[in-house]
Amino acid sequence: MKTLETEVIIIGGGATGCGVLRDCTLRGMKAVLIEKNDIASGTTGRNHGLLHSGARYAVKDLESATECIKENRILKKIAWHCIEPTGGLFVTLPEDDPTYHNRLLESCKFAGIDAKEISVKKALAIEPNLNPAILSAIWVPDGTIDPFRLASANILDSVEQGALVFTHTEVQRIMLKQNQVVGVQCFDNVSREYFEVYAPVIVNASGVWGQHICATAGIDLKMFPSKGSMVIIDYRINNVVVNRCRVPSDGDIIVPGDTVSLIGTTSRKVSYDSIDELVVDDDEIDILLADGEKLIPNVSKTRVLRAYCGVRPLVAVSGELDGREISRGIVLIDHKERDNVQGLITIAGGKLMTYRLMAQMATDLVAKKIGNTKSCVTHKIPLPGSEKRVGYTKKIKYFSGIPNSVVGSTHYRHGERVHNILSLQKRNYGLICECEMVTLGEVEYAIKNLKVKDLVDLRRRTRIGMGPCQGELCAYRAAGLFTEFGEFTPDTSTKLLKDFLEERFKGMKPVLWGDGLREFEFTYWIYQGLFGLGLVEEEEK
Amino acid sequence: MIKLENISFDHCIKCTVCTIYCPVARVTHLYPGPKQSGPDTERLRIKNPELLDISLKYCSNCKRCEIACPSDVKIADIIQTAKWRYSKKEFRIRDFLLSRTDLMGTFGTLFAPVVNFFTHLGIVKYFLDLVFKIPKGRTFPNYASMTFKKWFKETRKYQNKYLEKVVYFHGCYVNYNYPQLGKDVVKVLNALGKGVIITKEKCCGVPLIANGYIKKAQEHGRHNIKVLSKALPDEKTKIVSASSSCSLALKHEYANLLELDNSPIAHNIAYITQYVLEEFENGNIPKLKPLTYTVAYHSPCHLERMGNVAFTIELLRKIPGLTVKILHSECCGISGTYGFKNEYYAISQAVGNELFKIIEEANPDFVVTDCETCKWQIEMNTKYRVVHPISLLAEAIE
Repeated sequence: MKTLETEVIIIGGGATGCGVLRDCTLRGMKAVLIEKNDIASGTTGRNHGLLHSGARYAVKDLESATECIKENRILKKIAWHCIEPTGGLFVTLPEDDPTYHNRLLESCKFAGIDAKEISVKKALAIEPNLNPAILSAIWVPDGTIDPFRLASANILDSVEQGALVFTHTEVQRIMLKQNQVVGVQCFDNVSREYFEVYAPVIVNASGVWGQHICATAGIDLKMFPSKGSMVIIDYRINNVVVNRCRVPSDGDIIVPGDTVSLIGTTSRKVSYDSIDELVVDDDEIDILLADGEKLIPNVSKTRVLRAYCGVRPLVAVSGELDGREISRGIVLIDHKERDNVQGLITIAGGKLMTYRLMAQMATDLVAKKIGNTKSCVTHKIPLPGSEKRVGYTKKIKYFSGIPNSVVGSTHYRHGERVHNILSLQKRNYGLICECEMVTLGEVEYAIKNLKVKDLVDLRRRTRIGMGPCQGELCAYRAAGLFTEFGEFTPDTSTKLLKDFLEERFKGMKPVLWGDGLREFEFTYWIYQGLFGLGLVEEEEK
Repeated sequence: MIKLENISFDHCIKCTVCTIYCPVARVTHLYPGPKQSGPDTERLRIKNPELLDISLKYCSNCKRCEIACPSDVKIADIIQTAKWRYSKKEFRIRDFLLSRTDLMGTFGTLFAPVVNFFTHLGIVKYFLDLVFKIPKGRTFPNYASMTFKKWFKETRKYQNKYLEKVVYFHGCYVNYNYPQLGKDVVKVLNALGKGVIITKEKCCGVPLIANGYIKKAQEHGRHNIKVLSKALPDEKTKIVSASSSCSLALKHEYANLLELDNSPIAHNIAYITQYVLEEFENGNIPKLKPLTYTVAYHSPCHLERMGNVAFTIELLRKIPGLTVKILHSECCGISGTYGFKNEYYAISQAVGNELFKIIEEANPDFVVTDCETCKWQIEMNTKYRVVHPISLLAEAIE
């Protein structure tokens, strides 16, 4: 059995785990990250991608609001290529409590968020598709953030500086020697091999799945998972984040995310056993669309691409069972103090927004444990891609000869790394994904540099298959490239293709009507009728 | 952020049949095709106008993509709108002049013999090519020395004698270049017992749209809607046009592309062959003498877009003795002012090649088509004369 030794093991490749890996690496520690699926495949990649200004929490949870606005400002500096500083609006509908407007303004002022009241006319000028019946509007420095890019950029930086990352690798158990952790036993789901990693410190950053990880070390840590569902619509119906000015509840936010818009979110308690098989309920979709339409009437005329859900990890710190004492903020547990297990740290709770802060807190504790005295620099050093801030116009000029839509989209996704991707060779910028302008060069770059092991991973790195056609025209092209650029046989590529289409189908199934259904029928015809891939029969089994 | 009202791109299911039927994409790799330039990249342009691909300028607006689309996506409209909505307009004298058919026509007819002489001179063509980037291979239509409007003044008093009336939108070509077609229209309508009304119309706006002068086109549109609706004596009276592109503009482009309210006239507009055929079907058939020609009929793209080709073909079949060979539907390539520009000239010619070939194969006495610019293109590239179906009908009327 393969074994390796390191200083820190991080379990979980969500934003927090990736952040911890980068923080450890930047402080000169040797670190290994193990993720059972793919980077940002859990809760990190299953939210609405809102770059919080903190205003959503300002009234109820001042601490979170203050954290948010602080991290908002940092992320805009270190990760601009994962962010669009669109700005956001809080709008009051005629049926909403009008006093919340002033409460929000006051709370924002208290939390240090630059929120300002604007006229309805101005709000409609900023966002012409908004419901014209709104009564009042507040502008806040909200934005959008791409969690896939963010996590991937953290990984890329760490790997380039010597960290090791194993994706599609499950931690079987935490190995203990008396009360001291010594390492983890892993199983590689792709090569089907067991191996062991040894280290004196382990960071459990596996979010809601942390309950299971702790259990393998004999520790009882209860998670209270809560499901949040969202729907994605075909194109960008709004250009700034639109929030409903009321106590946060279901279906009250529409976030523009790259080329699409997302309507969020619901909140439902679910059992821990069901977290790997969550599905979006029909009534959740009804709520989201009905409430979304109240904010932006165009919602009802627009194609719904998919529906998906994520699971929020709420932690019961001292083993409560009724959930009343559950903390909603950041939870950092030194298991030496809580359970007398030396070397194990759990970092959980919090938000995507505060991933860096959470990583810093966890890494501070790691550093203390292994005697590293360097201080955190993740708030100062930009992520790969965000080194230099250059606008579209300049990049389009630099790559003249390549279509603007391709240069702009690639630059949007990879920032300065666009120079590692695009070249003036015709084949390089040939389109693989026609909806999101993913080129052959981008696929090659992702397969070779960004820990891509299957088509779903490739989607998270590039946006392949995330446009209106949901993989109809790009999936088979991209599958072929795995054989060319990765170590895949044609047979495994075909399997990747099938898995990918099934994954796409899962998100489309709850919203199959209208144009989405027509498109799906066409996709089915191509892959089943023309290629005989057996997609739907398998799904039904 | 723009207000999203025209969102037909959302219905595209990426079947790509539009690109298969695109005559431009077939002959050049410079144009990525209607799917890519239209619905695909529209999503990106909504996100950020800077993502506009300049390659969409190669769209000739023939609208064959819209005919092919099974999802009713207004592909050509999306592309035309994107041209002016998202791109910075550079002023070009050539485009200005080509799109001002009224202005050029007024000047052209004033000095018709001189202008016609010069526009056919090799040295002048060479100069136009060099300075204005107008291809030297292109033949210009001649200007008439007397406009249709001027001729009509003399006949106006006779027209008032008819009880039933038809409003005739003659268009710039008839007025400035080929009044004979207008005279033929008047002859045919009179033979059906209808008096003709003409209005103080302006250019329909098609060349303005093609060259990106949308505000000016809207201005013309508003004017035309006003004068035409005023000229209608009652709701039932028809407005006819013998130009396929003018009719398309009045009926479709005004509402879909220029976002104008054309409801006061939309239901009255009929392409001339449809109107005449309907009269024929109602028993109002003038005496027709046999014409023993063999003609090849070419269906113009814009007439196909309106769904009016069948009416023209049916009408031609009503002419006794006439043998009509229907050509396979192909774009001639000129697309209005598109073929008058150096950067598109080669594409325009390449698109037309297929049509020229099948015309030669059909070897008719002459070609029949409804569109004036198709006529220029076919006459320039084949040895055949091109006749409008109404002129042919006028010839058959004794």
